[in-house]
Amino acid sequence: MTDTFTKRTPHLARRHAREIRFQWLGKIAISIAVGFLLIMVGTISWMGAGALKQTQISLQVYLDPQEIDTSAVEKADYGAMVKTALRATFPEVKKRRDTRKLYKLLSSQAAFGLQRQIKENPDLIGQTKSVWFIASDDVDMFFKANITVDTNGNAGKLDEKQVQWLATLDKSGAVRSRFNTGFFLSGDSREPELAGILSAFAGTTLTLFVCFLLSFPIGILAAVYLEEFIPENRWSDLIEVNINNLAAVPSIVFGLLGLAVFLNAFDLPRSSPLVGGMVLALMTLPTIIIASRSALRSVPPSIREAALGIGATRTQMVFHHVAPLAMSGMLTGTIIGMARALGETAPLLMIGMVAFIVDTPTSILQPATALPVQIFLWADSPERGFLEKTSAAIIVLIAFLIAMNLIAIILRNKYRQRF
Amino acid sequence: MTTHQRLSLTRTIPLRARVYETLVHLLLLTSSLVAVGVTIGIVFSLAFEAFEFFKRVPVEDFLFGLEWSPQTAIREDQVGAQGSFGAVPLITGTLLISAIAMIVATPLGLASAVYLSEYAGPRTRAVVKPVLEILAGIPTVVYGFFAALVIAPFIRMAGTSAGLEVASESALAAGLAMGIMIVPLISSLSDDVINAVPQALRDASYGLGATQSETIRKVILPAAISGIAGSLLLAASTAIGETMIVVMAAGLAANLSANPLEAVTTITVQIVSLLTGDQEFDSAKTLSAFALGLLLFFVTLALNVAAQRIVKHYREQYD
Amino acid sequence: MTLAVSTSVEPETQIDQVIVKASDINVFYGDKQALYTVSLHVPQNKVTALIGPSGCGKTTFLKCINRMNDLIDICRVEGEILVGDQDIYAPAVDVVALRAHIGMVFQKPNPFPKSIFDNVAYGLRIHNIATSKTELADRVESSLRSAALWEEVKDRLDQPGTSLSGGQQQRLCIARAIAIQPKIILMDEPASALDPIATAKIEELIDDLRQNYTIIIVTHSMQQAARVSQYTAFFHMGELVEHGKTKSIFTAPNDERTQNYITGRIG
Ligand SMILES: Nc1ncnc2c1ncn2[C@@H]1O[C@H](COP(=O)(O)OP(=O)(O)O)[C@@H](O)[C@H]1O
Ligand SMILES: [Mg+2]
Repeated sequence: MTDTFTKRTPHLARRHAREIRFQWLGKIAISIAVGFLLIMVGTISWMGAGALKQTQISLQVYLDPQEIDTSAVEKADYGAMVKTALRATFPEVKKRRDTRKLYKLLSSQAAFGLQRQIKENPDLIGQTKSVWFIASDDVDMFFKANITVDTNGNAGKLDEKQVQWLATLDKSGAVRSRFNTGFFLSGDSREPELAGILSAFAGTTLTLFVCFLLSFPIGILAAVYLEEFIPENRWSDLIEVNINNLAAVPSIVFGLLGLAVFLNAFDLPRSSPLVGGMVLALMTLPTIIIASRSALRSVPPSIREAALGIGATRTQMVFHHVAPLAMSGMLTGTIIGMARALGETAPLLMIGMVAFIVDTPTSILQPATALPVQIFLWADSPERGFLEKTSAAIIVLIAFLIAMNLIAIILRNKYRQRF
Repeated sequence: MTTHQRLSLTRTIPLRARVYETLVHLLLLTSSLVAVGVTIGIVFSLAFEAFEFFKRVPVEDFLFGLEWSPQTAIREDQVGAQGSFGAVPLITGTLLISAIAMIVATPLGLASAVYLSEYAGPRTRAVVKPVLEILAGIPTVVYGFFAALVIAPFIRMAGTSAGLEVASESALAAGLAMGIMIVPLISSLSDDVINAVPQALRDASYGLGATQSETIRKVILPAAISGIAGSLLLAASTAIGETMIVVMAAGLAANLSANPLEAVTTITVQIVSLLTGDQEFDSAKTLSAFALGLLLFFVTLALNVAAQRIVKHYREQYD
Repeated sequence: MTLAVSTSVEPETQIDQVIVKASDINVFYGDKQALYTVSLHVPQNKVTALIGPSGCGKTTFLKCINRMNDLIDICRVEGEILVGDQDIYAPAVDVVALRAHIGMVFQKPNPFPKSIFDNVAYGLRIHNIATSKTELADRVESSLRSAALWEEVKDRLDQPGTSLSGGQQQRLCIARAIAIQPKIILMDEPASALDPIATAKIEELIDDLRQNYTIIIVTHSMQQAARVSQYTAFFHMGELVEHGKTKSIFTAPNDERTQNYITGRIG
């Protein structure tokens, strides 16, 4: 028996081969999951990166003093001035059909930018100024090389002539790409080149604010009661089972509850962050309760005994000694719950937070939308330009999520108790 | 301690403190009842609206009807003003997409869980686990966007080049995205379950000269089977209740089909499409959304209760 | 190969065949050393008892012999262990084959949550030992007979192994270990979780198994060591203090620590 432990019988060799294959199954499964994540996030980032840039076109605009009444600057027809400037740049364009095509190179809202500039600086009136205008969605896509020129010389919705004009502009240095501040500083718009996430972001912030104000106190008080006060009996079991099940109820069902109760029965304002926050609070409550209970459970009994030993009542023991120690755990659980609420879309659709919101909501009673809902709405829009906006909004949403999770992790590490 | 002593002790607590204690107690009780209240609220509000619906459409027509076209007519007196509310195509559609998701997620999730809990070193675990958590934390609206934008066209292209007819909103695309979404759920639940298998069983197997994979396949997984079943039920419940992925990547038309390359619709998709946009509250069309919601609630509740029972029983077995 | 029991004072020491030869074994768990230059020769077809106070490294030493320590990440083994004439820590050694030849029975009975039959058949199946269903059944039966369990379970082989009593479970684990016919069986306090009657049965069984197997048994009960073993090794704080014939260790120990331990002053 000199080689009993080293001899590789065929059967043994097969077993070892199977072992290797089995390990590969695990590696492959993980690679698929992680690979999917990388591909998804990578694709979306790549598509969304474009939204950070905006194409602008420069024109020489004559700010005709006869057109602009200095006492009411904003009343002037800036649209006409922009059009004049466009025609002046391409004097050879004469036909009505062609001039209309020419106007399409700029965003329909281009004149607003001019209006703002004049309002800020009325001295410009009477001069001929070189002004940068936001290009239209199609032109933006063209310069970002998201659409290419086909054999007929067309590029997407742009026809041969428009493509040529753009080439002329580009050659004369009248086209530039700038950081798109508008994406972060303006609300939704029907025009992709003007659409921004500010209104949705504000809606999300207000909604989460309401959600936090409701779910955090109720959640931790309920946890304190269930963990520290209630005797273990059938009722406590029932509440426990109830909470566990509530955590697994599909989110859309909470939306239906909100629609039937908050909107139809209580007549609260539709589409408002108030109702959105209330619905999300109900949804996050189980998460917070479960996390808070486990935080309370991790406080060692010695602390309780010591508190009771120095004559504290049960309430004092819990609120002065136990709860403060469990606070970081409870906060962490709350932030994780809120992070989940942040990405929720379906319940908000149910309570009408799908409206087209341009203005930034400033109160929890105004109609608003939320970031994930904005993503859903933009994803549904046919314009090519919304594709990169959707992707960019997703990146913002994920960044927001990562930030919240980081806060949770930092909190957890900072206050980690070593009992 | 004698009765006398106890009495005198109670008397030393001033009245104000006792009132305060009682108030705090009440506040706590109320807070914990909110959670119960939500459940009751869900059941009652859904049941109430569903009841209104069933006054107009008989329950059996809803549960067993094969046609779903909730379009109520524009004018009251128009023929066929009622629309048809047979939920069967929605149920089969939901099951088809969830089944695809489970077929994708079960092997991936289980294999990941096994690898992470049995093979991976602490460093691999420290990297991979958070990555899977990210996968679980990504909002489903993102999966929906990706499914509609990338997966569906890809499947269609692949299918067409193989000579198959593929709908642009195929059940397969939505199911695949949903499958990836629930991988982390299955893997983290199964990871816990596998870790709960006592080390003594592993030792027994290794002591008999089993390889690691033999130990896993023949001892650990069979020992953990009920716990794993529980986590799969929970995952299935999540898949059935998932909304955004299907809203964005599945179809609207209620086809009664088991072909994953065709477009099907689901319960959640219909709830969303019935309740977004303008609606008169009392129409059968609007009310039907609540009947669907009630159905969804009970199905997922049944799955969750079953799953929790199984997992609890499993844990007690190895405590 | 022979072993002269060096510490034995009895002159009539017969010469036994040695099957396990451990030389200068040091074991570390991380930075902590659990065994210090332990050298021990284990005679074939005899029962060797490892005794000593709790935490002295008995289990650690036992697990070195079938390399179960490999499963503990932080565990490092130095030294040489020959089984027969093969160095079991040589790089070419396949632990799967090694463990098939060195069975182990654990402190707490750990039957698989499978049927009684499948528990015993487990090793036979993975090592592909039985060529047919009838051979499998025959081997399961003979293993259960050798473990003195057959009469008690022959009518319920399809019931779960976990449904048996503690003592029966431990005999099932012994049956499971001997089914694949190892040369050596390692037992780590196999009776510590059992009541006296079940313990007596296990001890009786160990005595029977000696005919065909070499048994190394860890025990914290001196009486048990005295009853079942022919050789005894006394460990103390990671050192092998002395070893030799059980009789001589118990009647005339050389070392004061052994003396103290068997008279109950330490441990
Ligand atoms: N897995 C392990 N990790 C770290 N230290 C261990 C481990 N197993 C055993 N030890 C240590 O090694 C020493 C010997 O343990 P052990 O062999 O189990 O003793 P015995 O079986 O004699 O009671 C003890 O000090 C114990 O703490
Ligand atoms: Mg031990």
